[in-house]
Amino acid sequence: MTEQTGQDVRQLVDSLYRSESRRVLATLIRVLGDFDLAEEALHEAFRAAVEQWPREGIPANPRAWLVSAGRFKTIDGIRRRARFDASLAEIAERLHSEAVDPASAVEEELEDDRLRLIFTCCHPALPQDAQVALTLREVCGLTTEEIARAFLTSPPTLAQRIVRAKNKIRVARIPYEVPPREALPERLDSVLQVIYLVFNEGYAASSGASLTRCDLTSEAIRLGRLLVELLPEAEAMGLLALMLLHESRRAARTSPEGELILLEAQDRSLWDRDLIAEGVELVTRALQTRRFGRYTLQAAIAAVHAEAPSAAETDWAEIVGLYDVLLKVDPSPVVALNRAVAVAMLNGPEAGLALIDALLDRGLLTDYHLAHAARADLCRRLGRFGEARVAYERALALTRLEPERRFLLRRLEELTQ
Amino acid sequence: MKYLCLVYYSEAEVYSMSKGEWQSLVRECLACGESLRASGHMLGGEALQPVHTATTVRVRNGKVTTTDGPFAETKEQLAGFYFIEAKDLNDAIQVASRIPPARLGSIEIRPVRDLHAELAPNVE
Repeated sequence: MTEQTGQDVRQLVDSLYRSESRRVLATLIRVLGDFDLAEEALHEAFRAAVEQWPREGIPANPRAWLVSAGRFKTIDGIRRRARFDASLAEIAERLHSEAVDPASAVEEELEDDRLRLIFTCCHPALPQDAQVALTLREVCGLTTEEIARAFLTSPPTLAQRIVRAKNKIRVARIPYEVPPREALPERLDSVLQVIYLVFNEGYAASSGASLTRCDLTSEAIRLGRLLVELLPEAEAMGLLALMLLHESRRAARTSPEGELILLEAQDRSLWDRDLIAEGVELVTRALQTRRFGRYTLQAAIAAVHAEAPSAAETDWAEIVGLYDVLLKVDPSPVVALNRAVAVAMLNGPEAGLALIDALLDRGLLTDYHLAHAARADLCRRLGRFGEARVAYERALALTRLEPERRFLLRRLEELTQ
Repeated sequence: MKYLCLVYYSEAEVYSMSKGEWQSLVRECLACGESLRASGHMLGGEALQPVHTATTVRVRNGKVTTTDGPFAETKEQLAGFYFIEAKDLNDAIQVASRIPPARLGSIEIRPVRDLHAELAPNVE
């Protein structure tokens, strides 16, 4: 046993921790039936690996070894404490007898554990902010501090949210399972919402100075890929495609000075062609299933943009058609607003403006800054500068994002010149 | 695992139903109770008289005060309860979604506490 081998093992364990710790955790939660016990067991298992592998050699299946070690360490720990508490002895015996040795479990079942973990963290009985926090913590392995920083909250607040969520999982007995077929659409939607929320928080931070927060978008894409790999449902593919297609424009979306650049003015040579190809392929697959929904449709719209050589040469008729279908699936005012903007590109600003005004007249979107920004833009193109100014000012008063404020201010200045 | 499913709806809405509608809802509720008994979920349950028949009791400094109401200005009122045995929360959600007034108001699912366990030693 040389010093060198000890270091090699440590490096291997480190890299295993990065690649496997979430899988091991997912299985330990199932085996031990408790999030906190499983996290403790996970750390015990990796500590044991660092101690034992230099002496005993590296096991053939390190992941299974880690799960077994974590489980035994936990049962031992409970037995030790059981000397002072008879009720724990019973728990230790039950854990010992009921759990099949996880090392013997088939690969497929271990993969299912990761899906179980995702569905449990995104259970609709948990508040959505807790679903997000728990998913980033348990599925992605981010620390509480990292999540708190990304969402501009304090670590104690975030930690509290996670503790409450775990407590509800235990007390209300939220089961560790992949939902049955009939419950899948509702439950999957809840998972997709969490992933998209993480992505959007990273892509267009809802407040603050920076327009994109990179690590959240890449975490969301990682989650999206994992979900598609584990559960290739149409909408999971649609959401991943949507995120990839948005992500493909990252470099073109802001100027070197950090200013926002709208889609029509972006340098399309900066768009990431690999991400676009992957996104388009996923949308095509999702559309073929005929079980697609709003994420796939939004991705299909993004794909039309991605494949257009310029804003003018975009197939706006196709885009309006896709929005018509989307509006049936998701009749929300925001979708109607986006459709109105596409109609303006297809049939002229007047047609789009009429639709936006109809939405605003119905009292919808009154406080949504993009509705006023879109109205301002169409008024400007029609030469109705007075109205445009009023609408830009309204949008400016409503936005919380610094780069958007600067963009709107620039437009206002152009109007006065 | 025991859960209490609390049934809430707007009394104003439900009590303005036609006699026919009301009777068919009552029949549905009876059938729901039957089917939950058959599936082994049902531990007990009752429908309640409307909230204006309620009485609230408080004891303060050893003194009993009795008032009518509760007077909380809520849109929905407690209308009944199902006490159920379910495998886990997902099972309880399945049961709750079969309770007919879920279509009219809402069902609140509450896991029950085990008071004896809370008194046992070495509880963290």
